[in-house]
Formats: sequence, C-alpha cells, structure tokens
Amino acid sequence: MSKDIYVVAEQRDGNIAKVTMELLGEATKLAGELGEKVYAVLMGDQIKDKAQDLIEHGADGVVVVEDPMLAEYVTEPYAKALTAVIKNYDPNIVLFGATSIGRDLAPRVAARVHTGLTADCTRLDVDMNEYFDFLHATSNADTDAIANRLGMDDKNLKMTRPAFGGNVMATIRCADHRPQMATVRPGVMKKLDAVAGKEGTVEEFKVEFTAADMNVKIKEVVRETKKAVDITEAKVLVSGGRGIGSPEFFDELQKVADLLGGEISSSRANVDAGWIARDRQVGQTGKTVRPDLYMACGISGAIQHIAGMESSECVIAINKNDTAAIFEVADLGIVGDVKVIIPKLQEALAKYMEENA
Amino acid sequence: MKIVVCIKQVPDTNEVKLDPKTNRLIRDGVPSIINHDDKAGIEAALQLKERVGGTVTVVCMGPPQADVALREALAMGCDDAYLLSAREFGGSDTCATAIIISSALKKIGYDIVFTGRQAIDGDTAQVGPQIAENLGIPQVSYTEELIDVTDETITVKRQYEDRYHIIEAPLPCLLTAIQELAEPRYMHAGGIIDAYAKDITVWGFEDLKDVINPDHIGLMGSPTKVVTSFGKMPKGAGTKLEVTPEEAVEAIIAKMEERHII
Ligand SMILES: Cc1cc2nc3c(=O)[nH]c(=O)nc-3n(C[C@H](O)[C@H](O)[C@H](O)COP(=O)(O)OP(=O)(O)OC[C@H]3O[C@@H](n4cnc5c(N)ncnc54)[C@H](O)[C@@H]3O)c2cc1C
Ligand SMILES: Cc1cc2nc3c(=O)[nH]c(=O)nc-3n(C[C@H](O)[C@H](O)[C@H](O)COP(=O)(O)OP(=O)(O)OC[C@H]3O[C@@H](n4cnc5c(N)ncnc54)[C@H](O)[C@@H]3O)c2cc1C
Repeated sequence: MSKDIYVVAEQRDGNIAKVTMELLGEATKLAGELGEKVYAVLMGDQIKDKAQDLIEHGADGVVVVEDPMLAEYVTEPYAKALTAVIKNYDPNIVLFGATSIGRDLAPRVAARVHTGLTADCTRLDVDMNEYFDFLHATSNADTDAIANRLGMDDKNLKMTRPAFGGNVMATIRCADHRPQMATVRPGVMKKLDAVAGKEGTVEEFKVEFTAADMNVKIKEVVRETKKAVDITEAKVLVSGGRGIGSPEFFDELQKVADLLGGEISSSRANVDAGWIARDRQVGQTGKTVRPDLYMACGISGAIQHIAGMESSECVIAINKNDTAAIFEVADLGIVGDVKVIIPKLQEALAKYMEENA
Repeated sequence: MKIVVCIKQVPDTNEVKLDPKTNRLIRDGVPSIINHDDKAGIEAALQLKERVGGTVTVVCMGPPQADVALREALAMGCDDAYLLSAREFGGSDTCATAIIISSALKKIGYDIVFTGRQAIDGDTAQVGPQIAENLGIPQVSYTEELIDVTDETITVKRQYEDRYHIIEAPLPCLLTAIQELAEPRYMHAGGIIDAYAKDITVWGFEDLKDVINPDHIGLMGSPTKVVTSFGKMPKGAGTKLEVTPEEAVEAIIAKMEERHII
C-alpha cells in the first residue's frame, strides 16, 4: 500500500532551497497525523553530503540519486529519476516547492505516473477537524455538507490553493490515485529548527541513465548576480507603496528597517516605476513573505499584494485613506501621513534603542 | 514548419468575484480574453513563421463561445483553428485537459508546440508540461526568448529565479511562453474580416475517441476533484487609530514591544 510522505529536495549548485526545509516541516506534521514517515528525495551530482541537513530538518530518511546528468536541472533526467523513485517506493504523498523547477518537474512526472497534481498550495490538511477549523476561520464554506460527502475520518490530503489571481481559494483532493502530489508555495510553510546530530537513513538509489535522457542541450548557464538580500528571510520588513511619494523615501524606510534589523520591500507599483529592484516586490507576482513584522507604508492593499504578506505574524499599516483595504489585514492600522510618521518613528526608535541598550 | 499554439479563453480575473452566499464565481458581465501568456505564444509563433516559413495553428478546448478567442487569433494572422468542445470534456482537471489536447495534437501534427506558462484563471501552470509528456517530446518551460531556429532544433532562453539557461531543444518540442517572450501585435481590420471568412474546425468527443481513453477525461476521469471553493476572507482587522503622529508612533512602539520585535 502507498505510504509515507516524500519531499522532493530542490538544490541549485548543491545548495538546498529554503522551501525544501519548509516542506520537511509541514510533512513532519502531516506524517504525525497519518502515522507515516517523511523522506526527502535528493537528486544531484555528488550531493550525498547534504542528506544530513535534510534529516536534521525533519526527514526520517533520504533517498539519494546521484549522477553527473543531474548536476544542473534538466527536465528529463530529473523526471526519469523521480519516476523511478516513485515506482520503487510507492509513496502516499509527494511534495514539491512551487518554484520554476518544481512547477516544471511535478506536472511532467504526474502525467507520467498518471496521478493528480495540485498547484501552488498554501495549506495542506490530513485531519478533518483541523481542516474545518481552518475553513471556519477563513471562509463561510458549508462544512456540514463537506463532512457528509467525505466523512470525518477522511485521511486524504486536503490541498488548498488560491486561483483566479487570488480571488478564489479551492481545496482539492486526489482520492483515487497515488501518490497524491502537490506543489507548495515557498514562504508559506514553517520549517523546523534543525536538530543537530539527528539520525536518519540515507539510501542511495541507482537510476540507469543513457545519453538519450539528456534530450536537450544546455548551451549556457548564466547565474544572475542578485543582491545578497532575500526578503523572504527577513524578520522585519518595512514596505513602501506608491504612497511614499518618491524613490528617495525608501532611504527613510531603510533607516527604520536598520533600527529593527530588517529589510525594505515594496508593492508592485514602485517596482514598476523603477524605484526599487524587482526582487523586493511582495505579492502574487513577487515574493510571499511571513516576517514577524510587516510594516505597510502607503500601500493600498490590493488583493495581489495581500496574497504575498497576509501570513505575516504582525502587520502594521500606515495609510492616509481610512478605508484602505490594507487595514483589513492589519493588526494595527494608523490613519495618517507616512511622510510625517516615519521620521518621527525613526527618532523614537533610535531613542528607545539607546535607552534599552 | 508546423507551429501549433494552445490557447485558453479565460475570464479577466481582475473582475471575477465570488458570490458570498453560494461561493460560486460570478462570470456574468466579466469579459473573456485570450490568456496573456498564450497571446505571447501566438506572437512568438507568428514571428517564427515570418522567419522560417510554415503555418501557425491555434487550438482551444472550451465551450462553443471560445470560438471568439480563436477568431481573434486568426485575426492576428494565424492560419487555421481548432475548437475542442464536448460535454465529455467538461470538468476536466489539468491531467484530463492535457490528455484531450495532446490527443488532438497527435491528429493535427506539429513541429513546435507553444502553450502559455500559466492560465490566469486555473493558475496551475501544469497543462503545458503534461501535454509534452503525453506527446513524449521535450519541454522547455518559462521561455523568455527565442534565440535561434534550424530545421532540427530551436534555441531558447529559459528563465529561473536566480539564473537562466540557454537551451537547444530538438524538434519536435513544446515551449511554455511567459509574457516577456513577445509583445502581441494588434489585430488589423483586414485580418478581422479574413478571420470571419475562415472556418474553425470543431472537434467533439467522436472525432477524438479513437485516440482517447474515455475513462481519463472529464469530471469523472480527472484524478483531482475540487472539495470546495470559497472567497478569501480578510485575516481580520485589528485596531485602527486616527490619532496625532506622536500618539501613532507611541502605538507603533507599543505594538512592537508587545510582539517582541524590540
Ligand atoms: C496580475 C496582477 C498581478 C499583480 N501582482 C502584484 C504583486 O505581486 N504585488 C503588488 O504589490 N501588486 C501587484 N499587482 C498590482 C496591484 O493590483 C496594485 O496595483 C498595487 O499593489 C498597488 O500598489 P500600491 O498599494 O503601492 O499603490 P496604490 O494602490 O496607488 O496605493 C497607494 C496608497 O498610498 C496611500 N497614500 C498616498 N499618500 C500617502 C501618504 N502621504 N501617507 C500615507 N498613505 C498615503 C493611498 O491612500 C493609497 O492607499 C498586481 C496586479 C495584477 C493585475
Ligand atoms: C479553483 C480551481 C482550482 C483548480 N486547481 C487545480 C489543480 O490544482 N490541479 C488540477 O489538475 N486542476 C485544477 N483545476 C482545474 C483546471 O483549472 C482546469 O483543468 C483547466 O482546464 C486547466 O488548468 P489551468 O487553467 O490551470 O491551465 P494552466 O496549466 O495554467 O495552462 C497553461 C497553458 O496550457 C494551455 N491550456 C490550458 N487549458 C487550455 C485549454 N482549455 N485549451 C487550450 N489550451 C489550454 C494554455 O496554453 C495555457 O496557457 C482547478 C480549477 C479551479 C476552478
């Protein structure tokens, strides 16, 4: 019988993606509810030494597929390797990061093994009670009707995802096919704190590749020299929207961010205006962030923006329009002028830091 | 060269709302458009044809009204159009959709297939790679630029978050287009008249049943099933203050203390 949760580890140049650790955290929780185990599938060239890191972040074991053909991501060799792993181990669930790799590989493999695939999930549930708690808190969905249809002991994966540009949420199930497969949006699930020295199994799985498996030729790999900052890693984000009025005002936001050990980020409006780099954009077509504090300054709160920041632990919004949609997701909303409040906040914070140093 | 572009007719999702009572999408009055990425695919296909010769065929699965999307593609300069429309196709998930479209493509023939990377309604970005798998041809997703084409190969730029690849793929192959690939041209008046003079081939289940397993299509044949859909509820507003800037700063600092930010 199909069992256990397999997380497809994503690596580039031997570095494991953050979303992989997030998936291991979520998989650990789900596996507990199912009474199953969590395995990571680690594919690459001379990559085995990364297995311990995956174990320390929640994997009970790691299946390693090593081959020079897997050095740089190419669809077919990866699809072949993963299909072989799925055929051999018969997993209950397979999870991928919803990245430009995961969203290329997962549908190819899902079609090959003929199973369902749910895209870009932001929530996963096994336990019906927990799933209903979530529905009650976030929707007016008719849970009685769902309970009648599925039964309260349903152990299939309930995969919830946004569609229609974030206007609609849908929960999808794949009850009659295995494995149940999903890609999961980066930044949404929580990784576990690493447990140093945790033990797990590491199993090497041999896949016989032929030259024909490399069915396209990579002529060039160009790493784009991105600035070192990654806003998804920041604990505090001070985010500016069109309401900050000028690109120079980002310098003021930066000062506040520096005082809090955070980073600045932005709505799309300012990115499109060329005021700030695109990798700082929060939202549906930017990054999904969940910092401890998200300060939205002069951001109206368009649905596409909210999609990227609503899981923040705490949201403080400053907007001069008292009906701005951003207030609907703010723990603290300040109706006022950012250009007045931010400099005063800088001063007050600097003083606070000095007094409490 | 035979170039085929798969296009999806989608509602303009900026205007889609959910009926708060029934949790159903309100589509009345919402304009239908060709999915943005697919339009970039059409443009890239037309440019490719201008470079190397051949034909551009558009294929759309959808209800009879989706004919409008195909006419628009013809007006942009595509040569012929197929509408895949049948009750049996209704309710298909991406797996079933890809099975239907790839079955049609096997009959139509192709050297290069374009799909969009992602449709703005279903938002899955899965149908392109699934079609490529069903056809047994290589795929290159996130295609940002066409660099070179010969009789046997196409060379493209493939985008990732932190890098790009220059990839040479043998023909036939499938490319999924992102909007950056090409800025779509406008329909021209003559093109619109020609578009209505052209025939659109409509294929139903009967036309494809020799190549389709009926158990693998439609609502029943789809591995994934929607349990429920619902509008997003706001996370729940906290306090909103209309106070002096000094009081505002105090409130912000108090909140930061409460949340252990400082
Ligand atoms: C397909 C699609 C994808 C998108 N993806 C994203 C995305 O990923 N991220 C994103 O952010 N957007 C995205 N958008 C755009 C989004 O719809 C909004 O247009 C955008 O978020 C607006 O940015 P904004 O809030 O900065 O600007 P505006 O909507 O113009 O809001 C400016 C706000 O500042 C306030 N303001 C003005 N002056 C002051 C002042 N002195 N003090 C205080 N407040 C002031 C105003 O009251 C207003 O609320 C997307 C749109 C589409 C169609
Ligand atoms: C709320 C909601 C959530 C859903 N979630 C899932 C899910 O997670 N998994 C799943 O398998 N199904 C899901 N579906 C079903 C899915 O939306 C449909 O199968 C849809 O027909 C294709 O998926 P898409 O719109 O995401 O297309 P995408 O895969 O995003 O489309 C990519 C490209 O494929 C081509 N293409 C797609 N559809 C057609 C078409 N009809 N005709 C011609 N070309 C086309 C286009 O070139 C398009 O740009 C969901 C449906 C709804 C309503």
